[in-house]
Amino acid sequence: MNARACIIVPAFNEEKQIAAVIESIRLHSRAGIIVIDDGSRDRTVEVVKETGTLVIRHPFNIGYGVAVQTGYKYAFEKGYDFLLQMDADGQHLPQYIPDLFAMVESKKCDIAIGSRFLGSSYFPVGLLKLMGIRLFRIIIKVTTGQTITDPTSGYRCMNRKVLEKFTEDSFPVDYPDANIMIFLHRMGFRIAELPVTMAPNPEGRYMHQGLLKISYYVFKMFLSILVILLRKKENQ
Amino acid sequence: MTTHQEIFAVIMSVTIFVVIITLVRNRKLKEEFSWLWLLIGVAVIIPVFWYDFLVKLTSWIGAVEATTTLFIFSILFLFFIALHSAIKVSQMSIQLKNLAQQISLLEAEKDRISKHIEEHT
Repeated sequence: MNARACIIVPAFNEEKQIAAVIESIRLHSRAGIIVIDDGSRDRTVEVVKETGTLVIRHPFNIGYGVAVQTGYKYAFEKGYDFLLQMDADGQHLPQYIPDLFAMVESKKCDIAIGSRFLGSSYFPVGLLKLMGIRLFRIIIKVTTGQTITDPTSGYRCMNRKVLEKFTEDSFPVDYPDANIMIFLHRMGFRIAELPVTMAPNPEGRYMHQGLLKISYYVFKMFLSILVILLRKKENQ
Repeated sequence: MTTHQEIFAVIMSVTIFVVIITLVRNRKLKEEFSWLWLLIGVAVIIPVFWYDFLVKLTSWIGAVEATTTLFIFSILFLFFIALHSAIKVSQMSIQLKNLAQQISLLEAEKDRISKHIEEHT
């Protein structure tokens, strides 16, 4: 594994899972781990510190997208060449970390996404979310010609060029999902997927839950994609 | 325009002007946000001294009554003020995000340096 690689883990109120997640990451990778605490109100920061892991703390809760971008900014400033991001709730199983890093390090792609819909594993997804995922798959296919089976996956690994792009203000911090794929594709970055198995959230918490939240998410995503498509196509 | 209406318009215009200038003077409103409001103050007084313009404007936009024109333009002004504020809020929200991220990164750097110093003393 390259020495200049890091793993960022955005966390919000994850005191119960975070220590186990860090431990399991360490079993599979020697890359530096950075936890970005998004203004947790529980003992997440203390628990992370107890494990001896670097924690960057937001002064208040700003959101998942901002938390990952803080991680990108840190990694970019510190000169990391490769960055992998994964969730703090234990959904992203760490045995795929070496494969995701290998895909990007071997220059097969600029960004590798862990997809729960590739391969033979089954992941339970609610009907509304599944409809949303299918809709965005079609939009990505139509706008880029590429098939991305899991556009909402937060299990991603990227090289420094992508990392740099993500530190800019153009990074859509509200919901960095399908829009990011189109954004990167239009800039000429190569996107690839790797089949992964994901575990359900232990407490049954998901980012997009309920009809209202999902509708708002779909609306924002459509708007974001439209804006990206209307912008002048530029090379990386 | 009746005398009553003229007096009311002048009072409203002067009041808007005084309130805006006082807010700017007391630093409760920034100059950059005050210009649109001052423009409203001017817009209110225009029909008093130039009623013909209001009548012409009414015919240009296809309205029947002059009061309708006043209502339409007040709504438009409020729309522009809301839009102006939304643009400013959006800019500030980006600045706030960048500021919070910068604080977090500096805090992490401070912790790292403190730890390093502790280990070497």
